[in-house]
Amino acid sequence: MAQIFPRSANSTTKVLIITALVVTAVLLGILLNINRLYYVSHVNIPKDQPVAFSHKHHVTGLGIDCRYCHTTVETSAFAGIPPTETCMTCHSQVWTDAPILEPVRASLRSNLPLQWTRVHDLPDFVYFDHSLHVNKGVGCQTCHGQVDQMPLIWKVNTLNMEWCLECHRAPEKFLRPRDQVFNMQYTPPANQVALGRQLAAEYRVQTSQLTNCSICHR
Amino acid sequence: MSEATDKSYQPPAPVLAAGQSYTSITGKISDIVLTPRTPVGWGVAFLIAFLFFQVFLVALTYLLYEGVGLWGLNNPVSWGFAIIHFVWWIGIGHAGTLISAILLLLRQQWRNAINRFAEAMTIFAVICAAVFPVFHTGRPWLAIYWLLPYPNSMGVWPQFRSPLMWDVFAVSTYFSVSLVFWYLGLIPDLATLRDRARNRLVRICYGVLSLGWRNSAAHWHRYEMASLLLAGLSTPLVLSVHSIVSFDFSTSLLPGWHTTIFPPYFVAGAVFAGFAMVLTLAIPIRKIYGLELIITDRHLNNMAKVMLATGLIVAYGYFMEAFMAWYSASTWEQFMMKNRMTGPYGGYYWMLILCNVIVPQLLWSKRCRLSTTWLMIVSMFINVGMWLERFVIVVTSLHRDFLPSSWGMYSPTKWDWGLYLGTFGIFFTLFFLFIRVLPMIAIAEIRALVPESHKGK
Amino acid sequence: MREEEFTRKSLGLGGSPLRLEQSMGPEYWRSLDELAGTPAFKEMVAREFPAQASELFDPVSRRNFLKLMSASLALGGLAACTVQPPEKIVPYVRAPENLIPGKPLFFATVSTQGGVATGILVESHLGRPTKVEGNPKHPASLGATDTVTQGTILTLYDPDRAQTVTNAGRPSTWDTLVQQLTQALGTQKAKGGAGLRLLTETVTSPLLGDQIDTLLTEFPQAVWHQWEPGNQDQAQRGAQMALGEVVNTYFDLSQAQIILSLDADFLNAGAAGVRYARQVAAGRRVREGQPQMNRLYVAESTPTATGSLADHRFALRPSQIEGLAFALARRLGVEVQAEGPAPSFEASWLDALARDLKQAAGRSAVIAGDHQPPAVHALAQALNLALGNVGTTVFHTAPLPVKAVDQQQSLAELAAAMEAGQVEVLLILGGNPVYTAPADLRFGQGLRQVPLCVHLGLYEDETSQLCHWHVGESHYLEAWGDARTFDGTASIVQPLIEPLYNTKSANEFMAVLIGQGGRNTYDLLREFWSLQSANPDFETYWKVSLHDGVLAGTTFKPLQVSPQKPLVIPAAGRGHQAQGLELALRLDPHLGDGRHANNGWLQELPRPLTRLMWDNAALISPATASRHGLNSEQLVELAVEGRRQQVPIWVLPGQADETLTLHLGYGRTQAGKVGTGIGFDAYPLRGGNALWQAGGVVLNKTFSTYPLACVQEHHSMEGRHLVRSGSLTEFGRNPNFAAEEARDPPAELTLYPRDEHVSTAPNAWGMVIDLSSCTGCNACMAACQAENNIPVVGKEQVLNGREMHWIRIDRYFKEDPADPEIYHQPVPCMHCENAPCEVVCPVGATVHSEEGLNDMVYNRCVGTRYCNNNCPYKVRRFNFYQYVDHDEASLKLQRNPDVTVRSRGVMEKCTYCVQRINAARIEAKKGDRPIADGEILTACQQVCPTEAIVFGNIKDPQSLVTRLKASPLNYGILTDLNTVPRTTYLARVKNPNPELSEG
Repeated sequence: MAQIFPRSANSTTKVLIITALVVTAVLLGILLNINRLYYVSHVNIPKDQPVAFSHKHHVTGLGIDCRYCHTTVETSAFAGIPPTETCMTCHSQVWTDAPILEPVRASLRSNLPLQWTRVHDLPDFVYFDHSLHVNKGVGCQTCHGQVDQMPLIWKVNTLNMEWCLECHRAPEKFLRPRDQVFNMQYTPPANQVALGRQLAAEYRVQTSQLTNCSICHR
Repeated sequence: MSEATDKSYQPPAPVLAAGQSYTSITGKISDIVLTPRTPVGWGVAFLIAFLFFQVFLVALTYLLYEGVGLWGLNNPVSWGFAIIHFVWWIGIGHAGTLISAILLLLRQQWRNAINRFAEAMTIFAVICAAVFPVFHTGRPWLAIYWLLPYPNSMGVWPQFRSPLMWDVFAVSTYFSVSLVFWYLGLIPDLATLRDRARNRLVRICYGVLSLGWRNSAAHWHRYEMASLLLAGLSTPLVLSVHSIVSFDFSTSLLPGWHTTIFPPYFVAGAVFAGFAMVLTLAIPIRKIYGLELIITDRHLNNMAKVMLATGLIVAYGYFMEAFMAWYSASTWEQFMMKNRMTGPYGGYYWMLILCNVIVPQLLWSKRCRLSTTWLMIVSMFINVGMWLERFVIVVTSLHRDFLPSSWGMYSPTKWDWGLYLGTFGIFFTLFFLFIRVLPMIAIAEIRALVPESHKGK
Repeated sequence: MREEEFTRKSLGLGGSPLRLEQSMGPEYWRSLDELAGTPAFKEMVAREFPAQASELFDPVSRRNFLKLMSASLALGGLAACTVQPPEKIVPYVRAPENLIPGKPLFFATVSTQGGVATGILVESHLGRPTKVEGNPKHPASLGATDTVTQGTILTLYDPDRAQTVTNAGRPSTWDTLVQQLTQALGTQKAKGGAGLRLLTETVTSPLLGDQIDTLLTEFPQAVWHQWEPGNQDQAQRGAQMALGEVVNTYFDLSQAQIILSLDADFLNAGAAGVRYARQVAAGRRVREGQPQMNRLYVAESTPTATGSLADHRFALRPSQIEGLAFALARRLGVEVQAEGPAPSFEASWLDALARDLKQAAGRSAVIAGDHQPPAVHALAQALNLALGNVGTTVFHTAPLPVKAVDQQQSLAELAAAMEAGQVEVLLILGGNPVYTAPADLRFGQGLRQVPLCVHLGLYEDETSQLCHWHVGESHYLEAWGDARTFDGTASIVQPLIEPLYNTKSANEFMAVLIGQGGRNTYDLLREFWSLQSANPDFETYWKVSLHDGVLAGTTFKPLQVSPQKPLVIPAAGRGHQAQGLELALRLDPHLGDGRHANNGWLQELPRPLTRLMWDNAALISPATASRHGLNSEQLVELAVEGRRQQVPIWVLPGQADETLTLHLGYGRTQAGKVGTGIGFDAYPLRGGNALWQAGGVVLNKTFSTYPLACVQEHHSMEGRHLVRSGSLTEFGRNPNFAAEEARDPPAELTLYPRDEHVSTAPNAWGMVIDLSSCTGCNACMAACQAENNIPVVGKEQVLNGREMHWIRIDRYFKEDPADPEIYHQPVPCMHCENAPCEVVCPVGATVHSEEGLNDMVYNRCVGTRYCNNNCPYKVRRFNFYQYVDHDEASLKLQRNPDVTVRSRGVMEKCTYCVQRINAARIEAKKGDRPIADGEILTACQQVCPTEAIVFGNIKDPQSLVTRLKASPLNYGILTDLNTVPRTTYLARVKNPNPELSEG
């Protein structure tokens, strides 16, 4: 009786099968790694802000210390976002009528707060404490990157849990002397690991405890 | 095929009624599929099944919308119908692979007539079972991917000490192997259908599915090798799956769960339940499609014997539970057993004993084993009995554990029932589709028996 | 950390909370509203579930197809549930001083019950009060609070509160009201205020009193009435009889060796309950080698927290209590002349009791329950005088209220005046008389005849319905004020937040009436107290007072009282005659007189002993129940003096025979979404001479039943060694009785690696719960609920056994159901070292921490619930539905920002307050110092009036918890399962009178 399939059917089926396998593999790969994509975790994507505040200008240009605005970074979990007053301490003197600063002045006039867009936004079930990290020799730069080079702020790290764990599992790779924490130019020495170990010991970093769930999740 | 070529082998009595020829068999079985006119009865049955399938969809959607609070679960009793039915369906899903794998290795020819739909039943049952462990969780959407062990962006792995984790592997492996095994067995028959079909479209479909089977000696050779290998693979699985399911309970410290006898007793129970279900399906089908000559009394007889044997093992299991409770001298165990027998759920326990221990004793009598009516009744009892067993194990152990202050009761809600009945919908929808579009009996393997059946003359 | 807050506070000092609100309140609101408005926020809410994915009550009932459709959408969203919505950061415009975002501040203030103050510290996160703690510097608190006070924080955020001024139910404005009032007062002025009546609750607030005086001097004919159902009338009448004057009586139980309670639940009720509980518990603490303990006799008709702590508990019918008092008086040589036959009461134990009291003369105390007839109070006073207790354990001062009146009489006069149409303007400041007035006064009808009636209250309640005007009252955390505590010490009521709604405080209301309209209460207070205090440096005094929560030097001087000899007891002062079934009406331990009926937390706390939630019931003893053929949950109709009410029955072991106990405060018709229609109103039965108890109650069976939500169905320990107890003498003979009660299998049998929980961390947390101190008052449960954002699930869910409390108090009865031994056992998570829950979780959502905590990681949990099955203590709680209310904006403000709010499908449980542990650890690490003992207080520990719960570092040999775990009384439950619990118990030690100790 007549053949149903042409001779070519053999090869076509083979090709089809292989492509199907490959496609599924790729799709699965993407799906499983979705959170690692910079696009998804907004890494390297500057966020619009009510005022185009430039850290580059204020830190590199004017040499203002982080703590001038982020006042509670050494005392509280929350590093602190400056109240409008703080901006106005200078801007009541300089750039007093720069249109770019109008929102700031408006805020002061109307007693309405500025609403900044969060850039580094941890999930609500994560409890991060700036003061402790700063106190134990984790530099601002380590997580926030070269803020002094950023006109508008963007994330340089995914802030995925695996990223946190990199340090929580082996802090010695990242620790720096306390006095270097706010130094944006700091470059880790060649013997970082050795130094890190020594610092960890000195600052009594209880490494074994850092991977306990309740350290960050409550 | 190997049995056929092996002359030294003498079957006790023909597994195929006399007077069957290759054509008659092929015709009989493939015509059920290839007939253009769908029997009305089938249509009706299918619709009913499909209706229940809709019930399933509704129950599931609403469950996902509201949460497992819809069910009768509460604080002492955190597992209920979902787990009961998971175990129940998995149990049913045991006969298929046992028949196709173990009996193949044991060279039991009588398997040939029943293995095909037994395997189908297995696969469908496992599908039904798989529904429950996933959707009984609070957050299924997360459960699905957090149980996959892969280097994820959270930098954490599943917890491999948990039996629930083992379940994931056990069940999925079992399912995939059974599926492959079943499909492999189908290939020659699909080819037969391809060749017999008149409608071009139908031929193309079967053609694609039969993967270009040409009945060549080489094909047969590889086919035999493959099925032997798969049989070898799935034999341990038959034992492992339900052992691991039993670990879900026995690794806990709960009196009534925490016991070493569970693995063998669960496996035996599963086979017990599986064969009961095979019979429940085989007997009507045999009657409706007039297959008495292919599924002979010998098959029924053998299956009945298997049930009797496994039934006795299960009975031993029940006895052992009670004995160990007393022998352990543990107040917890003793209280659990007392509560199981005389507590608020005592009735279920004694029902279970009736269904799984007393009624199956009828199978000692040959007359019962050969009477379809009686077999049907007995296997129905067993289906119910095995459900009761799981209910008793899950609920009575949980509802009164260590601190009397937190004792409670469990009663299923309409949504519990909805999902359960729904899975019957899945099962029978698939099953009816199966008997309509696929040969419910392995044509090729039955063909192989033809010479045997003629030897008798 | 808390300490530090005080100091920081003391820099900023008194005014600061006010400034705080002014500076940040508005922004705060705006930002929140905006947040709530943004789609981003909505998305966040709906991220994992469609809005209202759960409903308090049966969710299946009130669903519609549309929502079902939205389910599919939601499911679509689920896949993307890891995508975060954009969030805003909203800084201050002008930052307030001494506020560090991310750190709570604590402010001292007081809450009042029956007008009497208890000192508290309130935790404030960015201006949101979130949690109430006790104020160690306040005499009535000593650092702890009672159950109800914990609940008041929720009332503040209750969306059902009256939010504005309404006229005849329609929204109006404050100014319109003021206009109409001034007009009305104008006309009153003419006739000296003859038609002006003022109705308040008990007023101890000196400022308010002063304001009222001013009003009364302006309107000499006006009359000030006071009414509140839980009043001191009986005690005052009793004092009048015994001492010839109305006094306030309080006790110093730290000195007392023998305490007799005449149906007084003094450890768990009343404004000094917390103080008494702490003193009594301290006197019973054999745990640290203290050889002696006080002895507590309790005669009561219905089991109470106090009774459950007693060494001897006598279940007596209400009418018999009086008899007991008489009999004792006779034995202790008090001359009594009673009109009518002195009731005879004889019992085998009477003499022993009398002897015990006598030999402890001067160091004993006899305490009469507020609801006992005047006779009992009089006899109690006389007994204390006769035993020479006055001055050592018993003290008398001038009455606490600004004006002590007989409130029952006062209200009766008002009712009469209203009926007679003499009342033209009625101002009701607080209270809910329409609901709470004695039934026979027909207060409601009277009220209808008043031409102008204004009601100031937290809620638009039954009374508001019948008043022309309703003014929303400010919560005590919203407005300035002052109040006196049990010994007269005054405190400032210091607000923590600007009024959430357009509401007024009683002081603000009065101010308008007496032309202080323009001035804010803060100034009035300051002025008032500057006049009161002789202190030269008032500024400092004021600031210190605000900081400490106590106005130093305002305590009343103890009075010298002289007994009336002979003690004459008129028939009027006597209780009802014993006949037939007796009824005892009591304030509900959680809802009080019904004012807290709309508080979900308090409704859902199991009532002590009955462990009922969401309902009241007529409590009846097993014997009486069987005699009348009654079962629990059966509806019956009660009739007292012809007044009828239908109630369900609840059989309670330990209840006096032939006695029904019914709690007030239920069956509200205008309470709010939560409280309306909950339970059965007992007020219809309450009137005339039967305010608290009555005889000759007629009981008609019905054959319908009513489901009651009880969280403990099983009352016996089934011979399991859960609560272990012994007498003091036993303990002396064999200190190890508790440990020996149950033997565990030898540890080396275990297959677990023995060193699994050994860690290098400097801390290992553990807890000890002293069963000799626990009164089962539930304060720990309430505190836990407030601290840990624990949702309220509603009666239906409770009936399903799905209550969410992280710590529960198991209650067991032992032996004779007529007169059972009553045991309480608080059960939090045991934080087992070999935790059964941990091994079975497939995703590792519950794991062990280096410090021995059994961590529960909500965000990792997928909800297989296996951990709960495998938890032998059943302390885990599962979110079967979306229990937490994501929709009610005001409730969000209450939540503790340091604790994750759990969503549907997630397991949760006690964490030992890990947020507090972490906070302390972080501070310690920053200071490079170890965590001090007592630096971390778990919420349950901090609130516990009896200090029964001790938490700490068991690696520190000096810590209290380590020392207690070393005590021979220390034992763990279910240790034979080798769970190695970190939470252990100290066996209960009782101190029965050797002469009676067969019982």
